[in-house]
This record gives sequence, structure tokens and C-alpha cells, in this order.
Amino acid sequence: MWSIISVLVENKPGILFKVTNLFRSRNFNIDSISVGITENPEFSRMTITTLGDEKQVAQIIKQLDKMIDTIEVKRLDEKMSVYRELVLMKIKVSKPSDSMEIMNIAKAFECEVHDVRKTSIMVELTATPDRINAFEDLVRGYGIIDIARTGICALARGGANES
Amino acid sequence: MEKMSGARSLMVALEKEGVDIAFGLPGGANLPIYDELYKSNIRHILARHEQSAAHMADGFGRVSRRPGVCFATSGPGATNIVTGIATAQADSSPMVAITGQVPLKMIGRDAFQESDIIGISNPIVKYAFQPTSATEIPEVVKKAFYISSTGRPGPVLIDIPKDVQQNEAEIPFPSEVKIRGYHPWVDPDITQIERAIDMLLSAERPIILAGGGVIISGAFAEIQSIAELLLIPVVTTFKGKGSFPENHPLSLGPIGMHGHAEANKMMTEADCVLAAGSRFSDRSVGTFEEFEKRLKIIHMDVDPAEIGKNQTTTVAIVGDVKASLRIMVKMLVQKAIKRHEDYPWVKRMKETKDYYRENLKLHDHPLAAAKVLRKLREVLPHQSIVTTEVGQHQMWASLFFDVIHPGTFFSSTGLGTMGWGFPAAIGAKAAKPGVPVVDIAGEGSFNMTENSLAVSVLDNLPVIVFIMNNFSLGMVAQWQRTFYDRRMMAIDLKNCPDYVKIAQAYGAQGIRAQSLDEIGNAVKTALKSDVATVIDIPIDPQEDVLPFVAPGTPLTDMILPS
Repeated sequence: MWSIISVLVENKPGILFKVTNLFRSRNFNIDSISVGITENPEFSRMTITTLGDEKQVAQIIKQLDKMIDTIEVKRLDEKMSVYRELVLMKIKVSKPSDSMEIMNIAKAFECEVHDVRKTSIMVELTATPDRINAFEDLVRGYGIIDIARTGICALARGGANES
Repeated sequence: MEKMSGARSLMVALEKEGVDIAFGLPGGANLPIYDELYKSNIRHILARHEQSAAHMADGFGRVSRRPGVCFATSGPGATNIVTGIATAQADSSPMVAITGQVPLKMIGRDAFQESDIIGISNPIVKYAFQPTSATEIPEVVKKAFYISSTGRPGPVLIDIPKDVQQNEAEIPFPSEVKIRGYHPWVDPDITQIERAIDMLLSAERPIILAGGGVIISGAFAEIQSIAELLLIPVVTTFKGKGSFPENHPLSLGPIGMHGHAEANKMMTEADCVLAAGSRFSDRSVGTFEEFEKRLKIIHMDVDPAEIGKNQTTTVAIVGDVKASLRIMVKMLVQKAIKRHEDYPWVKRMKETKDYYRENLKLHDHPLAAAKVLRKLREVLPHQSIVTTEVGQHQMWASLFFDVIHPGTFFSSTGLGTMGWGFPAAIGAKAAKPGVPVVDIAGEGSFNMTENSLAVSVLDNLPVIVFIMNNFSLGMVAQWQRTFYDRRMMAIDLKNCPDYVKIAQAYGAQGIRAQSLDEIGNAVKTALKSDVATVIDIPIDPQEDVLPFVAPGTPLTDMILPS
């Protein structure tokens, strides 16, 4: 089972290491992790996606909560939150017709096209991981030269105390 | 604000925390600290190895229930305390370890005696600090003591670069600290405690499992009140051994791999368990699945992450174990709840206890472990503190050495660190100088930290080392006999060295005791002695620790002596 955990942490050196080392030492899995500073520069927010059953995820959350450098640990409900990932993808252009086809697919996915060459096209897509995977499946036939994904970042929907 | 060096501020901050003794070893990167120790009132105990310094601080911490302090230099000094820190972490022992580090600008350059102790120690500390300015030191010390001693206690590391020790500044001393991500105090949920009482009352076969948390929180009276009011038999984990007087009619002793037969038996018959301050270690419960399938579990723990980690619980009570139990006792007393003597489960307990005590065959040898340890119990005053090393002797101590006075038995139960018992005994003696301290040892473990004899003798911390010498790494030998078809590999210590001579070489007293009478006399002599005494007792190398529950099997599959 795939879960999204949102962790508010002290914005201090070494915290990312501590969090990832906790996952490693407890034999938990990290599917993706993204980190960025928050509106309060004393805090950073980490969005971690992990694979594990209900019991494992509950234990991960408790262990994260126990960490002294974590301020707040929340499990996000997929339906009740907005989550997005950014991908940059360099796709191979082998013959002139490829270029048009790739551009059409990119348009359908509302990608930004950044770098168009005779032999490659680089696109940017911000979407849910599923949508990114679908895009990747469609363009795989042309040949993917390079790919860089950020891992998802997410926030719960609604205001401060709404749920 | 007074201008002072970082090292000076460290000493002032430690004194403000009430530190009057510390264990350690100096080196290049902590010399400024030692220069301030020279001027301070803190008594310094010079260990002969940093690992032992950490174990001494650990022993001191467990007995005094305030953080023991140890010092080590950078690089190898720091890596040497790693085992000591991990041991303290595994057993939730309060400790503040202070290491020197290479100067700030040298960090990351593979400098001489540089090791990344913050990175190395990360999974085995409760928290670690590396102050980068002298002005941070008092605040860091205050936070370290607060974190180490509150909630579930544990080791905290302070790694101080040498230039940070040397730099002079106007240094503030905060009177209190706040850590926003740390909330050690949780009030126990009253409704959960009410539910727990209902469960204990409706259960036909309830049992109390007292863990290390009962000892750490000092909830001895509370556990006893609940057991006596509700007539519930008490088993303990190995770490919880001695949280309940082992001569009490309701006491069954420790459960687990080498638990008492009657304790394991009753545990497997129970239908509801009140687990107080226990983390359900694999060594205690055998298999996790079997346990939760059969039992309703009431789990009390100060650490919320322990709830559901190894067992699915029916009722969870998060909070200090003593506080939770105290509320429970109060509720029972208010409602005048009390069980009657004719309760069939108690009768069953008495039968089981009598059966095993009468029928369990003991090893046939003049110096069988049971006889040796019962002799020690007979001559040793009840308030004495006992530590153990790790191995067969440790499990025999669990089986045959009854702890009468609660909270006087300490062992490396979680990490299982050979060599822990002797330096920990020295630390315990420093915490309670007026009480006899005995390290129940095997010679294999004692070999690992025996150079602490110099500390025991020279620093006037006389302890008794009670070596059950089977001339081999006995527990490994037992497993090779049991699981590896008697292919005995790398276990023979060949009666080397001579422990009487070793003791004498350090200026301690060495006695060889070859009969039960000689053992009794040796302990009596040791109790009167001003110096450390090593008692070397040759036992039978063939004796196994029994009962035995093989790893990964349920407590029902107990192997009994045949």
C-alpha cells in the first residue's frame, strides 16, 4: 500500500539524514522524498511516500513522531489532499515525424516543452505520479534519453482545522 | 555575563546539572575539557578504555536514575564508546556522552583522529548535539540532560569541536530550555485505565508482565498493590527482573528464552496480560504472532512508538508507567475492588509453581549453576546491587538468583554486551558506595573489560566479580551442542588467564572457590574487603542453561532438563 506522509521538521543541517536513516535502520521503504523550506524559515516540510501495510505505516509515523526534530507528522489521505510531482524528460527524436507526435502527446498532457533539438525534445510535466507514468508509457517507444523526477509534494485540502 | 571558554562553560553547566562524578579518558581533542576538569569539583574516574567509561556511566545512570556522564576524545575515543552508547540505548539508560572533535575548520578533511561520531551514532542515540559556538554549550548541556532523563530515558551525545572548547565568549546559561518537537510527558488516559481494570476483572486468567519500565520509573509499590489487590500472578521480562520481589507468593520470575518454567507455563495459559513498561522483545515472547492470537493485551508504556510495534494491543495506556499504575491502584482502592483468596487461577499458579520447583531436574554437579547462585544469594545482603555480564551465567542468574529487593538487578538485556557487567558495577558502586555490588560474570565476558580492575582498585570503588568459570564461551558452546551437532568451534578459552593472579596483579584480591562452602566464605571475605575481589569458581563446562525456548518458537515449546 502506498502512503503519503507529510513531516514538518526543524530546518537544521542533518535532519534529512536523520529521517532517511530512521527509514533505513527500521527497514522501512522510501518511495520518494521531497524537502523544502516553509513559510516559517525555521521549518522545512518533507513529503515522503512509502510502501507498506497498515501496521508498518502506523509504526513509521510513530517513529517519526518520536524524533525530537519533527514538529508534526501527518498521514495524508489521497482523496483529501493535493499531491503533485514534477518530471523533466528528454525524449529521443529519430525521424522528423517523431517530433510532431511527441509534441502532440506533450500538448495533450499539458507539458511545457523546454528544449527542442533535431535529435531530442525535453519536456516538463507537473502531475500526479499516475499521470506521469501514463505519459512515460506513451513516449517510451521513441526512446527516453534521461529522466529526472522530484518525488511528490503534497498538502491536505481545506483550512487550518478543516478536514 | 562572564567571559569564559567553551570548556569552562561545559564544566559550569555540568555542575549546574548536579554532576559530581564523570568517567572517561582524555586525548588530543578533549584536552581543554580535561584542563577544566582539573579545576572543577567533579570527581573524574579514569577508565582504561572508553567503552568501559561508557558502561560505568550507564551503570551509574541505571542505579542513580540520573544521567551518567562519560568523556572520550575524538576519532578512536569516540568510536570506542559506540558500544557503550548502543547498550544504554537498547536498555533505555540515561547517559550523557561528551566527545571531543577536531576543530570546526578541520571537520570533513579526514583530519588526524577525526571520526564522524554524529553520523556513526545516529541510530543509537536518543539525540546528538554538535555545538558550533562556545555560546551554545550550556543550552546544549541543559537540553541533553533534559532529553536523556525524561520520557523513555536514553543516551545523548555532545560532540564538541576542540576550537569550540577553547574559544572564549560571553556565554549565557539558560535556566530552562524548551524543545518544541519533544513531549515526554503524556497524561495517561483515564478511560483506558478503566477499560483495563474491567478487562483484568473479567479475565479468568490474568497475568502481569512487568518490564524494564517498572524499574526505570520505580513503580515497585504500585505493581505490588495491583497484584495483591487483584491476586494476579506476576511474571517479568528479563529486564524487568526484580521489579517484583522474587520471593513473593505471586511472583513467577522472568519469562522468555531462558525464563522460569513456571513463568513461561503460566504465561502460555493466561488469557489477559497487563504489560507494564515492556517492549515485547523477541527474547521474552518467543513468537509475536502466537502471543497476540491468544491474549488480550493491555500495554502501558511511556513510549507511544512501542504500542503496536511488536504486538497488537487491546488497550493501550501511553504515559509514565508509575503514574498510570498509581491511577489504577487509586481506582481499585476507591471502588474497594479486591479478589478473594479462593480464586481458581491463583490455585493453578501455586500448583504450577510447586510442580516445577519440585520436579524440575537440576544439573547434577557439586558446583551446578543453581547451587552456586543460591549460595551467593544466601550470603549476599538483599539490598546489594547485582550486575551481570552476558552469556550462560547471565541466564543462570535470571533463573537461580532471586532478587528480593526491587530494582537491585541490572544487566545488558537488550544489546547483550559482553564486558558490560564489571564496569557497570563500578559505576553502580560510584552511585551507591554504601551498598555491596557484585558482578555475576563469566570469564569470557570478564576478559573483555577486566582492565577496569585498575579503576576499581585505584579509585576505591571495590566491587565483587563473581566468575562462573567454565573455561569456554559457554552460551556459544551450548548452541553448538544444541543446533550444530556438537561441532565445537572457537569456544575453548583453555583456562587462561589465571584470574586469581590477574586480580593480584592489579592490587585486587583474588580467591579461587572450589566448593559451596568456599564460595560462601569467599563472598563473606569480599564483603569485608576494602579492595575489589575476584572470585574464580570453576564450574562444569558441560552444563546447559535450561529451560530453553529456541529462537523463533513459542513459549509453549519449552525444552526442559531431562
